[in-house]
Amino acid sequence: MQGGLTRRHFGLLLSTSAAVLAVPAYLRAQGKPKVVVIGGGAGGATAARYIAKDSENAIDVTLIDESAKFTTCFFSNLYLGGYRDFKSITHGYDKLESNYGIKKVTGRAESVDVAAKTVKMADGSTIPYDRLIVSPGIDIVYDSISGYSKEAAEIAPHAWKAGPQTELLKAKLDAIQDGQNIVMVAPPNPYRCPPGPYERVSMMAHALKGKGYKNCKIIVIDPKEKFSKQALFQEGWQKHYQGMVEWYGPSVHGGIKSVDVKSGAVTTDLDTFKGALLNVIPAQKAGAIAAAAGLTDDSGFCPIDASTMRSTKDPNIFIIGDASIAGAMPKSAFSANSQAKVAAMNVRGDLIGSKVFPAKYANTCWSLIETDDGVKVGAQYAPAEGKIAATSTFISQTGEDAALRKSNYEESVGWYSGITADMFG
Amino acid sequence: MRLGNRLVRYQSNCVLRHAPIVQAVIATFLFAGTIGSAIADTTDAGEKLFKVCKACHEIGEGAHNKVGPHLDGIIGRTAGTVSGFNYSKAMLEAGTSGLKWDHENLAKYLERPRDFIAGNRMSYRGMADTKDRETLIAWLGKASSAKAAVDPKALPVAVPISAEARSFTDIVLAQKGDPEYGEYLAGECVTCHQSSGHADGIPSIVGLPADYFVHALFEYKTNVRRNEVMKLRVVNLTNEEIAALAAYFSKLEPK
Repeated sequence: MQGGLTRRHFGLLLSTSAAVLAVPAYLRAQGKPKVVVIGGGAGGATAARYIAKDSENAIDVTLIDESAKFTTCFFSNLYLGGYRDFKSITHGYDKLESNYGIKKVTGRAESVDVAAKTVKMADGSTIPYDRLIVSPGIDIVYDSISGYSKEAAEIAPHAWKAGPQTELLKAKLDAIQDGQNIVMVAPPNPYRCPPGPYERVSMMAHALKGKGYKNCKIIVIDPKEKFSKQALFQEGWQKHYQGMVEWYGPSVHGGIKSVDVKSGAVTTDLDTFKGALLNVIPAQKAGAIAAAAGLTDDSGFCPIDASTMRSTKDPNIFIIGDASIAGAMPKSAFSANSQAKVAAMNVRGDLIGSKVFPAKYANTCWSLIETDDGVKVGAQYAPAEGKIAATSTFISQTGEDAALRKSNYEESVGWYSGITADMFG
Repeated sequence: MRLGNRLVRYQSNCVLRHAPIVQAVIATFLFAGTIGSAIADTTDAGEKLFKVCKACHEIGEGAHNKVGPHLDGIIGRTAGTVSGFNYSKAMLEAGTSGLKWDHENLAKYLERPRDFIAGNRMSYRGMADTKDRETLIAWLGKASSAKAAVDPKALPVAVPISAEARSFTDIVLAQKGDPEYGEYLAGECVTCHQSSGHADGIPSIVGLPADYFVHALFEYKTNVRRNEVMKLRVVNLTNEEIAALAAYFSKLEPK
């Protein structure tokens, strides 16, 4: 080797020669380096697609997800508001299989043997990897609210993981009669999609207003004193849904004590709030597989190296999306998609010695307040002193004109098409 | 009545605190540059409709091929026949089989381009309104110069842009962009601008000429085009990165 052997090339030589020795010649094609991706959402599907696409078949990619089809949590509020149907936010993995040669495994990854580098599936099978990407999204911490549980979520849906919970919430929203109230318990930080609860409030208000209901209230009990795009949402609620939305932070309600899903009651230090529909969004943690693989810290999320998205606990594993501790980046599909590309590039660098460029990250979150009234917040990020830090940011302003707000909404629709094409091919 | 008092306090608080600030932000998100319109200043309905076409097509004196072919002499032209334009196979075949752009065919095409000629590359969903299509086609006939441009390649390539933008574009394009680096950087763009060239609320940037691409980014950087998302992305890009992106996207083929 002229020009010296880099660490990356050395690793490549080792892995290929080991593969050559270990398998008969006719199986050499199977000696390609293996990447397993757990979680087929904005992080995992993107990472799988970029590794398969950019390595041009030099890497075997397996994508594991429990579901055969994926319903996006992003835009699920627009389903609640009646702007999208459920089918339009549900996507298959068929193009990833047919166009990129990705093997989709539908099943639950139960644990990871980091020494043997295998993923154990719930059905007992194991899947070996050279590099593992863990992108499981969030799990709900049911016991973070007294009185709430997985069973209680069947009555008072959280709908913070898209799928049947989203449909349940929609059905309950559709059943609301004029004069009935909705109570939402908003989540504490950190959680998936910071503006999400407040966009949801807007979409529920839109649905009720659209039916001509004048006597419904949506009461938000928030454990946070401030929330994402607060000025924009509160301005929008005043403008479009006057008298319909009441938001209470802890300085008003004094603290959330418990919920009783049967009576639809949320008890706080100040008072008990009752609704015909109770939407409880509890605290969140990294998807269970992350903890099972020993990748989480005390926060319940996974520490990563800011310049690669590599786990600080295991060099063969990358963690992306909501499960990671990504510094200043919010837990969003856009973030996960952006992190996936950095991880994919580093995985290719590890396994086939392809070029690795400096990490760059981006995020934009659009929220719809009312028809043609969209707002957005965004930032660029780069690693700085071991953390992912914002390099520049922007946010929509209050009082913006209608044309700009409409273009924001149209842009968000374009983004949805774009990111889902980027994820699913 | 503790609740009542605290609510009043809260609500008056938040209403006052967040009193709307009137801002004079005029933003058209249309990918409508300031390019190539040698048309009279009177904005008629047809010209307004043409705004969405303008990102990719030029018409009138000095018009040349951009992302799409120039539209001079479009009425009556045989499909896929502008010299120097790299047509899709589908469009070339349509031309070979005799498709002419008369009013009727243009109207059908503009209604749903992808249905009328399956596999053509125009990233446009279609114009639903019959009247709008008629107005636009009538305007196209009026705006196109009397005879079709002979050789669009012979026309001056420089588009009428500010000296400042011109010099920025020249500086950027003086360095040879690395398409491989561009492909990595493009990861950030294709979350919204689809790499297939499909456009659905966000314009296509696939196959944009490098010159046009750099110039457009300069306009986002300097608020000529107003879009906060684009500005945010662009202000952080070095000239080397812009050149790399331009090199990558200009060579990318729509699917």
